[in-house]
Amino acid sequence: MLSVFKRFSRRDIAVVLASLAFTVAQTWLDLKLPDYMEEITRLLQTAGGELGDIWAVGAKMLACALASAATAVAVGFMGARLAASFAQRLRADMFARVEEFTMEELGGFSTASLITRTTNDVTQVQMIIAMGLQVAIKAPIMAVWALAKISARSWEWLALTGGAVVSLVILIACVMTYALPRFRRVQTLTDNLTRVTRENLSGMRVVRAYNAEEYQEAKFEDANRELTDNTLSVHRAMAVFNPGMRLVMSGLTLGIYWIGAFLIESAPVADKLAVFSNMIVFSTYATQVLMSFMMLTMIFMMSPRVAVSIRRIHEVLSTEPKLRDGGVTQSPPELRGVVEFENVSFKYPGAEDYVLRDVSFTARRGETVAFIGSTGSGKSTLINLVPRFYDVTDGRVLVDGVDVRDYTQEALRKKIGYVPQRAVLFTGDVTGNVAFGDSAGGAADADGVARAVRIAQADDFVSGMEGGYSAAISQGGANISGGQKQRLSIARAIYRDPEILVFDDSFSALDYSTDRELRAALKRETRGVTSLIVAQRIGTIRDADRIIVLDEGVLVGSGTHDELMRDCEVYREIAFSQLSREELGV
Amino acid sequence: MSDRENGRERQPDAQRRPPGGGPGGGGPGRGMPMMGEKPRDFKKSWSRLARYGGRYAPVFIVAVLCAFGGTVLTLIGPDMIKDVTGVILDGLLTGIDTAAVMDKCLKLLAIYVVGSALVFVQSRIMASVSQGICRRLRSDISSKLNKLPLRYFDSTTHGNTISRVTNDTDTIGMTLNQSLGQLITSVTMFAGSIVMMFIEDVTLAAIAVASTLIGFVFMFTIIRRSQKYFRSNQKYLGAMNGHIEEIYTGHNIVKAYNAERAAREKFDELNKKLSDSNWKSQFLSGLMMPLMGFIGNFGYVAVCVAGALLAMNGSIRFEVIIAFILYVRLFTQPLAQIAQTATTMQSTAAASERVFELLDEEEMAPDAPVTEKIDETRGSVRFERVRFGYEPDRVIIKDFNAHIEAGQKVAIVGPTGAGKTTIVNLLMRFYELDGGVITVDGVPTSKMARRDVHDLFCMVLQDTWLFEGTIMENIVYSKRGVTEEQVVAACRAVGLDHFIRTLPGGYSTELGDNASLSAGQRQLVTIARAMIEDAPLLILDEATSSVDTRTEILVQNAMDKLTEGRTSFVIAHRLSTIRNADVILVMRDGDIVESGSHARLMELGGFYAQLYNSQFENS
Repeated sequence: MLSVFKRFSRRDIAVVLASLAFTVAQTWLDLKLPDYMEEITRLLQTAGGELGDIWAVGAKMLACALASAATAVAVGFMGARLAASFAQRLRADMFARVEEFTMEELGGFSTASLITRTTNDVTQVQMIIAMGLQVAIKAPIMAVWALAKISARSWEWLALTGGAVVSLVILIACVMTYALPRFRRVQTLTDNLTRVTRENLSGMRVVRAYNAEEYQEAKFEDANRELTDNTLSVHRAMAVFNPGMRLVMSGLTLGIYWIGAFLIESAPVADKLAVFSNMIVFSTYATQVLMSFMMLTMIFMMSPRVAVSIRRIHEVLSTEPKLRDGGVTQSPPELRGVVEFENVSFKYPGAEDYVLRDVSFTARRGETVAFIGSTGSGKSTLINLVPRFYDVTDGRVLVDGVDVRDYTQEALRKKIGYVPQRAVLFTGDVTGNVAFGDSAGGAADADGVARAVRIAQADDFVSGMEGGYSAAISQGGANISGGQKQRLSIARAIYRDPEILVFDDSFSALDYSTDRELRAALKRETRGVTSLIVAQRIGTIRDADRIIVLDEGVLVGSGTHDELMRDCEVYREIAFSQLSREELGV
Repeated sequence: MSDRENGRERQPDAQRRPPGGGPGGGGPGRGMPMMGEKPRDFKKSWSRLARYGGRYAPVFIVAVLCAFGGTVLTLIGPDMIKDVTGVILDGLLTGIDTAAVMDKCLKLLAIYVVGSALVFVQSRIMASVSQGICRRLRSDISSKLNKLPLRYFDSTTHGNTISRVTNDTDTIGMTLNQSLGQLITSVTMFAGSIVMMFIEDVTLAAIAVASTLIGFVFMFTIIRRSQKYFRSNQKYLGAMNGHIEEIYTGHNIVKAYNAERAAREKFDELNKKLSDSNWKSQFLSGLMMPLMGFIGNFGYVAVCVAGALLAMNGSIRFEVIIAFILYVRLFTQPLAQIAQTATTMQSTAAASERVFELLDEEEMAPDAPVTEKIDETRGSVRFERVRFGYEPDRVIIKDFNAHIEAGQKVAIVGPTGAGKTTIVNLLMRFYELDGGVITVDGVPTSKMARRDVHDLFCMVLQDTWLFEGTIMENIVYSKRGVTEEQVVAACRAVGLDHFIRTLPGGYSTELGDNASLSAGQRQLVTIARAMIEDAPLLILDEATSSVDTRTEILVQNAMDKLTEGRTSFVIAHRLSTIRNADVILVMRDGDIVESGSHARLMELGGFYAQLYNSQFENS
């Protein structure tokens, strides 16, 4: 749990120490206040007290109260600054670390989880720091100090205060041990209810078509009842809380006076007044003690949640990315767009089975090489080895004659225009999405963007959008359709003017005619660029220079469409599942 | 990294959950009370909520009485303590009347116990009432969802609807539970302590009230001022989360295009802005506590000093000061609570506004009181002058006529986004026509009960919808009286039986996170479900991309089997299906632009011919 706090800088620690000092001062001031009341009591109960004396004491009290407020504000200020800047650094470190991650580490965490870790979990830590400085430091100091003051005078009152604290703690502990596990269950049940609702919503057409409304409602009712019952039991348990606390508080004050009466009675005459004024003051101290313990319990209750957050943050920060950068930034000038696989085998970390086994092939400059195979045949994995999203387990992947592991990642990826299976767009405008990253040195070139968009068959809809090339793209490209997103993502790769284009099943979201026109335009306009294409549809790849057929990670065929139709059983099987014999011209 | 997620990560939905919720209800209330959401019409939504919970009125009144009674008893406390102090003071030098002290203390103890018990009863009642209302709200939403037209769901995000079922009702339940009881208690406490103070001593009461109120005015000014920081904080937090989400999801693209630096720069900029507004809002909300402390202290000082002065000139007895010290404490607490309750009640109002908005959505027109029914379905379908548009002023299907004989196959074709699902929407009466009729065996579907229309069709859609439950439950679904043999027979027919038997639990294998079926297998399950449904007409979406080839063959065979003997509407992707269809409906930009057999349409040389050729033309 403390691992994250090790990141405190010297300056942070100085701030913590300063606020500690301020807190001590504040506690001293807060406890000083009742002491003056003792003085007032004495003044009032002994004859000859002067009006002026009271005013003098009053002025001191006011000064105390103001000084206490000032120190508290100062502590709050320091806490807020410290927490915010610490959170800022923590977030930045996490973001930087995640950016370094390879697909392997990213897959290990899941994207959704990393997002919550960088946002919510950091916010949790921020809250606890700010609150910790204000409350967690003050409460124990206050409790101990006030108890010390009481204990110096009377063990009876001390015992009473101790008793009150113990019963308060027991009360809280009982309620919590009852309620916390149920509360966790409530969370699960809420998730369950959400799931049932989501299920109903996503299957709305099916639900209606099968007249299954009652069926779904019954399911919902079950989840609803369970959730309500559990929530109710939590809330009912919590109902003890307020009245219980109030009883302990009022009881304590009462008890101090009750005991006080007997203490005064048994005290020697000379001390009676002193004991009486102690009584008045101690009731205030005792309340302070109780309040401090309540605060501590609150912190204590929050701490498991924060501990989880801290652990989750630590997991991210302590995960070292596996990929190591090579040093090569220049490949031999005579080679361009050559991709070579030499006996490549690959298995995912921790997996038992190989996804790829002993695959070898070469794609020469300007060639179009396509990869086909059924789901799980490893074609996507294969193509992802080229931009080095993963490292091979055995063998080598060479780009322009150099092992991809020897390049700096930046230099390697500069050569490649990569189009993923699921198009990814970013908030911004069309131009910003096409001229993305380090393409063309970072500054967008309007003609280049227009050309890329045209080749990607996206000019129609881009010019139809309000604002054209500067039309806004919302988060994740939510304002345009799947096919349009895919075309822009292809334009992005073309704009980069790469040596190698990598299409990871990027054409499935397009309809047949767009698919065909796009490929024709690509062929026309990007001469000399090597294309690696993963596809599902035979139609997409039948005119490739070479088609590589994968089956369970093994290369089972390589050649043109016609050669494979003749020689490769797996290829024929795929072809016949999609097209009829006559369409294939068999 | 022992327990990484297991897919149970909290989704962004959860971010809307009010922080600090849960046991302990908001902790020391740090900052949060200022962040209430503003409802559109506070009064209206509360009175609506009150009417909704009307049946709880009697118990609610009991709760109110309990809260009131409990608070009044608490208020007697300081007065009794004063008396005790008085007795002690009287006998300070002469000997204390301990019997009187005992007597008074016991009485006070009894009062405290009864008071707490009343508050406890109140809390219990409010817990039951609020959860009861909450549960009913959820049930009502759930049944409402099934009465809404599909138009609603096509235009609202799922997240939005889900958050009304969970987050909003949750907010209502939580705040009803806390806020109402607290409001009554606080108001009583506030008013009561003022009254009690004035009864004790007018001058001192005026001083005490004035001195604390000044503090509160100061505090509320700060709260008002700080609102803008909270808003900007929320805004930057949103922007930051959006950026993080985007960069993390697009990780491979960011890497592939060496865009790390740009992403990092934008992040740093957002992070700085966030941190800046963060500390300000945190600091301002953090001011609450010292301020409260100061108000308390200030009241304490005022009462002590003024009381002492008054006692000195003999206008009050000393023990009155003691009573005032306690009253000031009782008096300052509820003010902060009332402020907090006011904001929670605002979020309750905002949440119930959203819930009632959903409950008030226009439902599907009810079925006609007398509905027609087909006695024996043959399955001929006729479209007559069908006119339809998703938006009233944008007609997309203008005047469509077609006649489909019983048992014929209809292929619906067109480029992506041409609106092929519109046909499904109209046939199933998910959407109502704007003009014309669709008849089945001569009976207009608009005159039938919706249930009966749905019973006419089996439906297999492209996004294979399965739910968490066993394979058996998924196949049988809502159909009654299905025997296990029938299910097995259906699965055998679609070629799924063998696979299911290889699963650890066979037909009772739970479909959940761990028992995952491939896309093709999922499709087979939905086909089996349609077989069990066994309706005379069929709607089928043929798209089977991303399926491995061997399963694909299975799926196609199963689909072919399903179309046997049924009038079928197939959203077609396979050319063999298209060419073998009796009628082809060609869709473009939402409208049905051509219809007829393959041969006729090729002859026509229109859009269909163009579409068809483009797929087979060898570059």
